[in-house]
Amino acid sequence: MKTTRLRKFHQAKWDEPIIFELSKKGERGLLIPEAEKEIEESIGDGISALPENMKRKEAPGLPEISQMRVLKHYLRLSQQCLGADLNVDIGQGTCTMKYSPKINEIFIRSPKVTELHPLQDESTVQGALEIIYKLDTFLREISGLSQFSLQPGGGSSAIFAMASIIRAYHEANGEAEQRDEIITTIFSHPSDAAAAASKGYRIITIFQDKDGLPDVEALKNAVSNKTAGLLITNPEDTGIFNPRITEFTRIIHDAGGLCGYDQANANGILGITRAKEADFDLCFFNLHKTFSSPHGCGGPGVGALGVTERLINYLPVPIVGFDGEKYFLNYNLPGSIGKVRGFLGVFPVILRAYAWIMSLGALGLKEAASIAVLNNNYILNKVKQIHGASAPYAKGRHRIEQVRYSWEKLTEETGISTEEISCRMADFGFHLWSSHHPFIVPQPFTIEPTESYSKDEIDEYISALNEVAKEAYENPEKVKNSPHNSVVHKIDNSTLDNPEKWAITWRAYLKKNKIKD
Amino acid sequence: MNSKKGSAHPYIPNSAPEVKAKMLKEIGVNDIDELYSDIPETLKFKGNINLPQALPSEYALKRHVEEILSKNQNCEDNLSFLGGGCWQHYVPAICDEINQRSEFLTAYAGEPYEDHGRFQALFEYESLMAELLDMDVVNVPTYDWCQAASTSIRMACRITGRNEILISDTVSPDRLLVINNYCRPIVDIKTLKHCPKTGAIDLNDLKSKISPRTAGVYFENPSYMGFLESQGNALSDIAHKNGALSIVGVDPISLGVIVPPSYYGADIVCGDIQGLGVHMNYGGGLAGFIATHDEEKFVMEYPSRLFGITKTAVEGEYGFGDVAYDRTSFGLREKGKEFIGTCSALWGITAGVYLSLMGPEGMQKLGKAIMQKSQYAMKKISEIKGVKAPLFNAPHFKEFIVDFNDTKVSVKEINKSLLKHAIFGGKDLSNDFPELGSCALYCVTEIHTKKEIDRLVQVLSDVLNRTEI
Repeated sequence: MKTTRLRKFHQAKWDEPIIFELSKKGERGLLIPEAEKEIEESIGDGISALPENMKRKEAPGLPEISQMRVLKHYLRLSQQCLGADLNVDIGQGTCTMKYSPKINEIFIRSPKVTELHPLQDESTVQGALEIIYKLDTFLREISGLSQFSLQPGGGSSAIFAMASIIRAYHEANGEAEQRDEIITTIFSHPSDAAAAASKGYRIITIFQDKDGLPDVEALKNAVSNKTAGLLITNPEDTGIFNPRITEFTRIIHDAGGLCGYDQANANGILGITRAKEADFDLCFFNLHKTFSSPHGCGGPGVGALGVTERLINYLPVPIVGFDGEKYFLNYNLPGSIGKVRGFLGVFPVILRAYAWIMSLGALGLKEAASIAVLNNNYILNKVKQIHGASAPYAKGRHRIEQVRYSWEKLTEETGISTEEISCRMADFGFHLWSSHHPFIVPQPFTIEPTESYSKDEIDEYISALNEVAKEAYENPEKVKNSPHNSVVHKIDNSTLDNPEKWAITWRAYLKKNKIKD
Repeated sequence: MNSKKGSAHPYIPNSAPEVKAKMLKEIGVNDIDELYSDIPETLKFKGNINLPQALPSEYALKRHVEEILSKNQNCEDNLSFLGGGCWQHYVPAICDEINQRSEFLTAYAGEPYEDHGRFQALFEYESLMAELLDMDVVNVPTYDWCQAASTSIRMACRITGRNEILISDTVSPDRLLVINNYCRPIVDIKTLKHCPKTGAIDLNDLKSKISPRTAGVYFENPSYMGFLESQGNALSDIAHKNGALSIVGVDPISLGVIVPPSYYGADIVCGDIQGLGVHMNYGGGLAGFIATHDEEKFVMEYPSRLFGITKTAVEGEYGFGDVAYDRTSFGLREKGKEFIGTCSALWGITAGVYLSLMGPEGMQKLGKAIMQKSQYAMKKISEIKGVKAPLFNAPHFKEFIVDFNDTKVSVKEINKSLLKHAIFGGKDLSNDFPELGSCALYCVTEIHTKKEIDRLVQVLSDVLNRTEI
């Protein structure tokens, strides 16, 4: 295989103490606007209004640190973190680590966004409501469904909202008690099972057939008059498009259930295929994945939730309406499940998604999806050539936006696991995510290139992957003891599952290790 | 989109025709459409998505978006007294400096090696909150207070093996909507009456409703209506005597001057960190926390990520990782604790920065200033004929109800008039709490100056005494 240059990377290592270790008595990071003299004269110290049992007499044990030192501490920590802006972030497959355009950050930093209170009079937030309304209409076009709620704070929250709507629908038909089962598939996101279970559903999981697709015969056996609905991804984590998806939705509909489409990641199919054509009743898009809002170390995000006409009545309140002149909040959904998040959702994320779609337009969205798929199949071709790696299922076929690969052969031959390879990839400045439990695909890894990275960047990533695989065969100790060029060395995980030793806060750490503050 | 003309969109490098052709050749296909061969023709969307004309020029996009945003009026150009779960506090410059860093902004779910900084920053957030809350375990943030309260309730049910929760009837209606949906059909939510004079929970009502089915008692400090629930000890005692847990929602910004719920027997504490260095963002700044003591039976019931500190192969080096990861739904799917996914981590990092800057004295002085300014506002507002603040005879923090009933004017009309004077009056409570009549929830924080409070009082007085309404 042709190899591109391997970067001689070393991540920043500041050996930065824990924030509490920086404390020096008397230092201050920020002074606050205290009450004016006249207020003090009129009111006194204010605290005397508290009953004795409510007064905090000892100050909280926070550190005392001057301003620049606080800044420096967190800047140093930031340098010890590998964001998509810095690396070729294709190794966190399923996460859609695409480019988050900087102009959108300028938009969300405007005081016209940051200084809006969610309870302001509608007449004062016409701009914000317009953005929410228009994004809703864009997503209707992209999905073919009839109405979106942008309230859910993430994909899992949107899944919970879908399960809630499914339940409310069956309640309205007097079938909620009888229909207590949700069907999902093993290669759909764990939250499709977990969030539905949190809503009280029994979960039936359909496993894959020999082609890696959910087994339609198993689905036929699973449905009954107890079926409330289906929550499914397509393509699933394998990146294989399920061509029989309408058979799935038909089987569920015939049994009286509703079909929810987990489109958290729809990055390969924008403008290509829609929820509507596959007969889904509900769907959601993660605006922090497909629609470019940055992931923020794990949120805030938005799981934009769409439904067909007959389910609008069940959406969380309020939705945004437009009367031809003014945008307004509509609480008039008599069957509403209520709310799944405070107020209207995460507006900065909504705004970024709006701006991203406006920059690309209909053709641009399709181009983004097509190039994401091109990049993915380009990588598939390359990874298959890496000794020890394989792409289970769908032999000889193309994939959509990602592929779940396996190091099974490499592990068998060298003893090196996905987790160890992932540590070694960090030495080259790359992520290779190891979290794909349960390991249905042995020693799994998932690569999802999105549309954002150039061919050269992709080649560089592949070179590193190739190099690490080679090392696994030739110098396994080097991989086993990695990372070598990252911030820290092999972590001792033994304390993290031990209640006697785990320390989730600094104060717990000090207590458990008998260290004096 | 101008790809048809052959030029690549700046966000899509490999749409450059030569690169594209090269890659297609390497894969061995002629056209990208071939890569979609698994998608049946019947499922393919024919035609183009119906969207407005694209604005691929960054300048054109900027003009377009800024024009829409310019239709907003904000809480800087106007004088706002809105609170009710989202609050206007001062956001230190360094909070934004840190949460805008590319490294944090665009990171996600990397390993504790290359994302060491993310793990440390969130561990420090947990630790700083733990000091404020006087608890030993704090989670990586969940969506918001609504979710934090909902999950605290579900945790209490799992810990006690019971499925009924008693909840104060002064809780925010929005929060109650989230809690009710999150709990149905697993947990029964029953409300507790409040004392009409003080707003505090009616202890007799609690005693009559608590039973061996009760998993927990949930109340807030300060309450949604701003008053303090001073009988925390009695409430926790009644819960504990009945084998139930004490669950308390708290505004963490009050904890420089007010005792944390652990002092009065809380087992699970929750709330929102938006006030700690995060802009309101039209409600997008919310992020929820959950805190407990460091007991296995509590820790094992969190659905959230819990980042812990540990050692590495190198002596003296700190490492971090997930504590008790196997309880989460990532691996266990429906057998995990509730569910976990992307929540509000960036706001957690931000709140950590905020607490590092504020320190113990900062939080004390902040709490004091908020109490002084809000008390001054209540005093001055009460000097207006027919207006009373606060409605409840109790100590308050930051928020309070203004009672306009004696003026015979509705809050809707009052707020309309205030708006003409560039003032956002307090939230109208007459729809959510019709029994209160014409009442509004006002919020005064450290950012309000004496002059601004005086201006509110002057304008209120003018609009109520003139026929301006």
